[in-house]
Amino acid sequence: MDSNTVTHYPPPPPVIEPGHTFESVTEKISRIVLGPSHPVGWFITLGIGFLLLNVLMVSVGYLLLKGIGIWGNNIPVGWAFDIINFVWWIGIGHAGTLISAILLLLKQDWRTSINRFAEAMTLFAVACAAMFPLIHTGRPWLAAYWLFPYPNTMGVWPQFRSPLVWDVFAVGTYATVSALFWYTGLIPDLASLRDRTKNTHLARLFGAMALGWRGSARHWQRYEKAYLLLAGMSTPLVLSVHTVVSFDFAVGIVPGWHATIFPPYFVAGAIYAGFAMVLTLAIPFRKMYGLEDFITMRHLENMAKVTLVTGLIVVYGYTMEAFYGWYSANQYEQFMIYNRMTGPYGWTYWMLIFCNGVVPQTLWIKRFRTNTTWLFVMALIVSVGMWLERFVIIVTSLHRDFLPSSWDMYYPTFWDFSTFFGTIGLFVTLMFLFVRLLPMISIFEMRTLVPAARVKGPKDPTADIDVTFGGG
Amino acid sequence: MSQIFHRHSNIYSRLSILGVVLFALTLAGVVAMLHLSGYNTRQNDYVEQPIQFSHAHHVGGMGIDCRYCHTTVEESSFANIPPTKTCMNCHSQIWTGAPILEPVRASFRDNTPLTWTRVHDLPDFVYFNHSIHVKQGVGCATCHGPVDKMPLMYQQAPLTMSWCLDCHRNPARYIRPRDQVFNMAWERPADDPELGARLVRDYNIGSVEQLTSCSTCHR
Amino acid sequence: MDLSAIRSRLASAEGRLYWRSLGELTDSAQFREYLHREFPEQASEWNDPKGRREFLKLMSASLALAGVGACTRQPQEQIVPYVRQPEDVVPGRPLFYASAVIHGGYAQPVLVESHLGRPTKIEGNPEHPASLGAADSFTQAEILNLYDPDRAKIVTNRGEVRSWGHFLTAVQSALTAQAPRGGAGLRFLTGAITSPSLAALMAEILRAHPQAKWHQFDPAGRQGQTGDANARPIYHFDRADLVVTLDADFITCGPGSLRYQRDFSTRRRLTDDRKQMNRLYAIESTPTLTGAKADHRLPVRAADVEGIARELSALLGAVPQGEGASVPRPGEPDIAGWVAALARDLQAHRGRSVVVPGDFQPAAVHQIARSMNEALGNVGTTVTYAAQVEAAPTDRHASLAELARAMDAGEVQVLMILGGNPVFSAPVDLKFSEKMAKVGLVAYHSLYVDETAHLSHWNLPAAHALESWNDARAYDGTVTLTQPLIAPMYEGRSPHEVLALFTPQGDRRGMQIVKDYWTAAYSSGAQWTITSPDDEPFANADAFWKRALHDGFVPGTAVTAGGPATPFDAPSSGLDPSRPAPPVTGDQGGLEIIFRPDPTIWDGSYANNGWLQELPKPLTKLTWDTSAWISPRLAEDRGLHNGDVVELRYRGNAAKMPVWIVPGHPPQSVTVFFGYGRTRAGRVGNADETARQFNPYLLRTSDAPWFGSGLEMARTGERYLLVTTQEHHAMEGRVPVRVATLEEYTKEPAVIAHQAHAFPKTLTLYPDHVYDGYKWGMAIDLTSCTGCGACTTACVAENNIPVVGKEQVSRGREMHWIRVDHYFAGDLDNPESYHQPVPCMQCESAPCEVVCPVAATTHSSEGLNDMVYNRCVGTRYCSNNCPYKVRRFNFLEYADWYTTTLEPLRNPDVTVRSRGIMEKCTYCVQRINQARIDAKREERKIRDGEIVTACQATCPADAIVFGDLNDPNSRVTQVKAQQRNYGVLEDLNTRPRTSYLAAIRNPNPELEPARPAGQTEQH
Repeated sequence: MDSNTVTHYPPPPPVIEPGHTFESVTEKISRIVLGPSHPVGWFITLGIGFLLLNVLMVSVGYLLLKGIGIWGNNIPVGWAFDIINFVWWIGIGHAGTLISAILLLLKQDWRTSINRFAEAMTLFAVACAAMFPLIHTGRPWLAAYWLFPYPNTMGVWPQFRSPLVWDVFAVGTYATVSALFWYTGLIPDLASLRDRTKNTHLARLFGAMALGWRGSARHWQRYEKAYLLLAGMSTPLVLSVHTVVSFDFAVGIVPGWHATIFPPYFVAGAIYAGFAMVLTLAIPFRKMYGLEDFITMRHLENMAKVTLVTGLIVVYGYTMEAFYGWYSANQYEQFMIYNRMTGPYGWTYWMLIFCNGVVPQTLWIKRFRTNTTWLFVMALIVSVGMWLERFVIIVTSLHRDFLPSSWDMYYPTFWDFSTFFGTIGLFVTLMFLFVRLLPMISIFEMRTLVPAARVKGPKDPTADIDVTFGGG
Repeated sequence: MSQIFHRHSNIYSRLSILGVVLFALTLAGVVAMLHLSGYNTRQNDYVEQPIQFSHAHHVGGMGIDCRYCHTTVEESSFANIPPTKTCMNCHSQIWTGAPILEPVRASFRDNTPLTWTRVHDLPDFVYFNHSIHVKQGVGCATCHGPVDKMPLMYQQAPLTMSWCLDCHRNPARYIRPRDQVFNMAWERPADDPELGARLVRDYNIGSVEQLTSCSTCHR
Repeated sequence: MDLSAIRSRLASAEGRLYWRSLGELTDSAQFREYLHREFPEQASEWNDPKGRREFLKLMSASLALAGVGACTRQPQEQIVPYVRQPEDVVPGRPLFYASAVIHGGYAQPVLVESHLGRPTKIEGNPEHPASLGAADSFTQAEILNLYDPDRAKIVTNRGEVRSWGHFLTAVQSALTAQAPRGGAGLRFLTGAITSPSLAALMAEILRAHPQAKWHQFDPAGRQGQTGDANARPIYHFDRADLVVTLDADFITCGPGSLRYQRDFSTRRRLTDDRKQMNRLYAIESTPTLTGAKADHRLPVRAADVEGIARELSALLGAVPQGEGASVPRPGEPDIAGWVAALARDLQAHRGRSVVVPGDFQPAAVHQIARSMNEALGNVGTTVTYAAQVEAAPTDRHASLAELARAMDAGEVQVLMILGGNPVFSAPVDLKFSEKMAKVGLVAYHSLYVDETAHLSHWNLPAAHALESWNDARAYDGTVTLTQPLIAPMYEGRSPHEVLALFTPQGDRRGMQIVKDYWTAAYSSGAQWTITSPDDEPFANADAFWKRALHDGFVPGTAVTAGGPATPFDAPSSGLDPSRPAPPVTGDQGGLEIIFRPDPTIWDGSYANNGWLQELPKPLTKLTWDTSAWISPRLAEDRGLHNGDVVELRYRGNAAKMPVWIVPGHPPQSVTVFFGYGRTRAGRVGNADETARQFNPYLLRTSDAPWFGSGLEMARTGERYLLVTTQEHHAMEGRVPVRVATLEEYTKEPAVIAHQAHAFPKTLTLYPDHVYDGYKWGMAIDLTSCTGCGACTTACVAENNIPVVGKEQVSRGREMHWIRVDHYFAGDLDNPESYHQPVPCMQCESAPCEVVCPVAATTHSSEGLNDMVYNRCVGTRYCSNNCPYKVRRFNFLEYADWYTTTLEPLRNPDVTVRSRGIMEKCTYCVQRINQARIDAKREERKIRDGEIVTACQATCPADAIVFGDLNDPNSRVTQVKAQQRNYGVLEDLNTRPRTSYLAAIRNPNPELEPARPAGQTEQH
């Protein structure tokens, strides 16, 4: 596009506070990893996370000993917390790749300060999610390999018509590609850590991880190519994973599951949850490590905007569900909606509407968008809302399906909760270890944002294009 | 600062990539082979029995028909292990003093059953039925091997599910005329390639769909 | 709860809207919160010692499991052949023996399946007139009692281990001590006895000891019969077009219920050619399955039944002389009109109708009923009055009262109790246990070491019916023989062998006693005229005996066929048999209390039977507990909710009960079911501290054992968790059960089809399955089904279905493969009831099949949805996607792998499922496979009716038909061709293979004006 149109946009605030040099950026980020001391908040949170992680161990151990019966699941409610948590975590695991890949392809340079730990978050969320498809089965020791197609002495294959098999591949691929993407991005930074550390053992460790990166022109050229390719690969995955996850339900005939709107509605929900989680993490981190000048208000505001947009899509999804329910003229669908809103679990539905529908609307107003405390709280509320969304979809649809005679209630047990909070523990532990052991912000990419880097070379006009609606 | 790695490490790192791949492949291979091996399927291994009963001698040598001992093979799922009485039918006359037969005599005397070790043992969730296989022209030797040449009984076939399916998916390859079922020496006539297909027709053997329905063997 | 809201909704509703169930109360917040207090999240597993004990086992088990199916070697197994193999034993093939199980003194003829000498299943004896192949839940569950690990195992005296030899000497010394006084101090207490040989033994004893007395007691037995030789009615419902019950539950209660149910449903069955059916009027107090089946039901207080009976008989001009019609209660104006209409209907069906008085109604009602039947000319066609089949019939409550008096007076030195557990079940006013303490020597012969055993000196283990020789008579008098299927597992002996010890002849074996009696009876021909079923007579006594054993009964001994009353040639039983039943005391005001035996554990004798404990009770679908039934109106007045514990005060006695609101219950009555509150039943039946108080025996008095007025009910504020398998009894306009009146149906048969949408069979993207061989299908006739639940028990027994316990049921994890759904419709105070057995539908396009990731449930070549347990990994997706929710999941290790005595019980043809596996009905595929193999071996096709599923075999109403849909002549094909055949949830296009025949009612147009067609259950 020609420069005239560009000039119509108000000049966007900088993505990095002025006054930074290559050196200062590198120093500031790598100090978090190499520096001797660490904020006390880190220790406390990690402690809590680790505690919960142990709760998870116990819960899963007991589960393997006794069976699914320790949870509240029953007939008709065959799936409950297990699959809710699965979908919730996998949803959260969307933002990372989205931010890194799609925003990279869109040349949104504001992504650089958040993409690294967003990717890490993705990996850890997927790790939490990937646990459930396995442990929610009655005989995980068999499910672990019977779900994979391999030539076997039984002469039988998995049943490829089942969405659960699709899940295995979708999640598997997603996890692999995200991991590669994340690691590739790390390589140059690992190299700089290698070069900066005084400790020879660490140096060797980082060195090994840096795979012999020397920062030669060839390296950079190959690197850019590889990184771009991976970005290209993971972009469709962002859409495919949650689409496939939504098939777990859409393929079923259960009223409240059997809907064509599920794929887009799930993907939007996932990005929504993902961004909320990024905010939940970014805000404390930037405070804890004084990164306000890297993760600027502009970042938070942009994320808030994305959250608002995806939130609106999700609300559209709810509206459509209700509309279809009524419009279908199908007594089961109609009852399902009626039961969701007024049934014994009605409160979950209205809480969901409040969390996901009402609260984010505050983001239309700049004052809220730029208030970190509110953003943090809002992000937490949205996470709760997204969890409730899965509860509503799974439990309230199942507990009263077709034959009134088989209607029943579902009550979670202690072990349902301990498993759920346990996974949060796993997530927190991994996340906090990550920020301690690896650069949570991409050093070399931040360097490209330093003004010194900007002056060189022809400026790409699209580089500054930004989400600029709203802005109260 | 000085190099922290020796320049050779490049080659090591490259090799290690190859190494990982090779290692993974070998591991998979080993597991698979172990799984299929006789160790796992108990194929071809002799098992200790209370009496060194020789099928080779009784069937191969004396030419005793299978059904003389395995009486219910044609009417029941279970082929029946002969009661001590059956042994004594002859051995009250011959080899009456043979020390090797003492356990048999003891069993008959004190009315305490002999305890044999299973050689062909399918999992409990498999409901195999001898009578129908015998009726439909599956020879004893087809699954049990050349019993008449086995001094001690051993399991010749792997008895894995895919092994069962080989026949259930294409019975024509394996079945023989009913009158040849108990014939250990029977061989598929080379001059009559159509035999199998014809028998499947004549014996009105179930469709492959029926033979491979899960509930045919599992309940 | 808000019953008024329900009422108003009903009032405003168009047509007959199906209302929401009171079961929704269980959704109320306080209940949910209560549930959590009851079972603090699984804490129970840690607290209860069993849970802790099994923890390690489970650990090892599940770790072992982790290997199973993975690449581990098979463990080496042993084979132990016979030393000398019995001739007709073919390993791998079961043998069937005709025998009998004795219930309330009467024979329930059975066919017992035996695998290599261990009985595994009880079914009805198809050749026996009292069974015709059917068997009720009690009879079938006896097999579990046989293997019950808590059975009495050894002879003990005052807690010390003894032998039968010791007991014999004890008896002999006691008898010698009694001899001079003619046995005046010698008393026997038994239940009803119909066994001729046992009666002979008793007579022998009483002849030897003229002063000895024989008492009878049975807490749940029918009201005592008068000595009148031909006082006992035997009904022939297959000849009755109009049936009127006076508080009678002939469908589930009484020795003849199986045959009665069969006859009734036969007369009720519709075909497209014969669109006629009988009509049933039920005048009853407590709602029963008979009332649920009725075309017209009149709920009244039990005490009012007599009045209405008089009223009716007056209208029929059949008043017994000297008695006038009594006036009905005020404030019930509609009753008069109702009764009048009924009278007119009866007049119109002279000779084709029958009036059935209830077992628990006083003798007077029986008299009135008889006079009505006589007046209507029914006697001889629909009902015959025949000889007693009980030896020395007497009023048993009076008999027990007499014993109590004697014990109190110190007249009793030796008391021999044969079963019955009187200490637990005796009426409270007799103070039986205290008085028993005054007896010098109490010997108790029983299957269990129960409450009575703990207060007796000698405990004598009884042999189970399947371990002993016996004989007993069926409801129609047919002498039925019991032969042992297995040698007694413990030291148990049969009643015959015990009584024999008291006879001059002394110790004898059961077989000898029974065989001698019958061979003698055959040869002498004095009392019994035994005819050969075939024309040519028996060669000799031995031939007769063999044949009788083989058939399971002695031909020609039915009282209806001129068979004699059970001979009892002793001077007397020591009691006056013709003593009239004590009068029910007059109206005391207050509420009415009605006593009934528990529908599943009977008088408490089946308390330790897990199958029966978990079998949902009729109408309420409650399991594992008893409850006091109250009407919605009473609940409204007293502000009671389901599960509220009330204190019942009646005649100075008090007991607690949790209430359950039952629509159709008479407003001013409370029904309590006795049998629960056991303290020494065993590991399954022992009630905990709370449930121990829920014992109606604490209220029951000997002079009014069945009902009485003057009950006070006060709420205690406590709540008790009652668990039900069906929370919701409303159809929500989804018409799983399609209903029409006979009139509507004959006028427009399509009325059934129009009640829900159905899609063209072509509406699927997948190509149709091809069935070149067989194509199995099932049809269930809802007009016949009475909801008795025998099918569920049969299924449990056949398919090794585990018992999960109260806590798991409360979480909605019961395992029954075929459940009997129940729906209410219409008026809240007097609703219609519909039952619907729901097995797997074996859908043509099954939602479960496509979603299983490991192909553990697949479509077979004969149309079944195969379930492969060993392949299942337990994602539970199939169950989520099953619109009928017929799949069951092993959430925990439900199958009992550790109780060794239960191992022989298992059906060897069906896999025992372990934890984490989905399971469901397979149309008894093991039976299908056996039949297919047999047919192939005989080079023929499977005959129609050759395969009988377990549920079908046992169904007393013959409501279930199974067969090959590819065979145009098969019974199932023809049944499915009926215009009232429909599939549940057809609109989902699952194309269910199990279809239903709509429930057709036959109301009296005079009482129920026809609705405009198509107005039935519209949604």
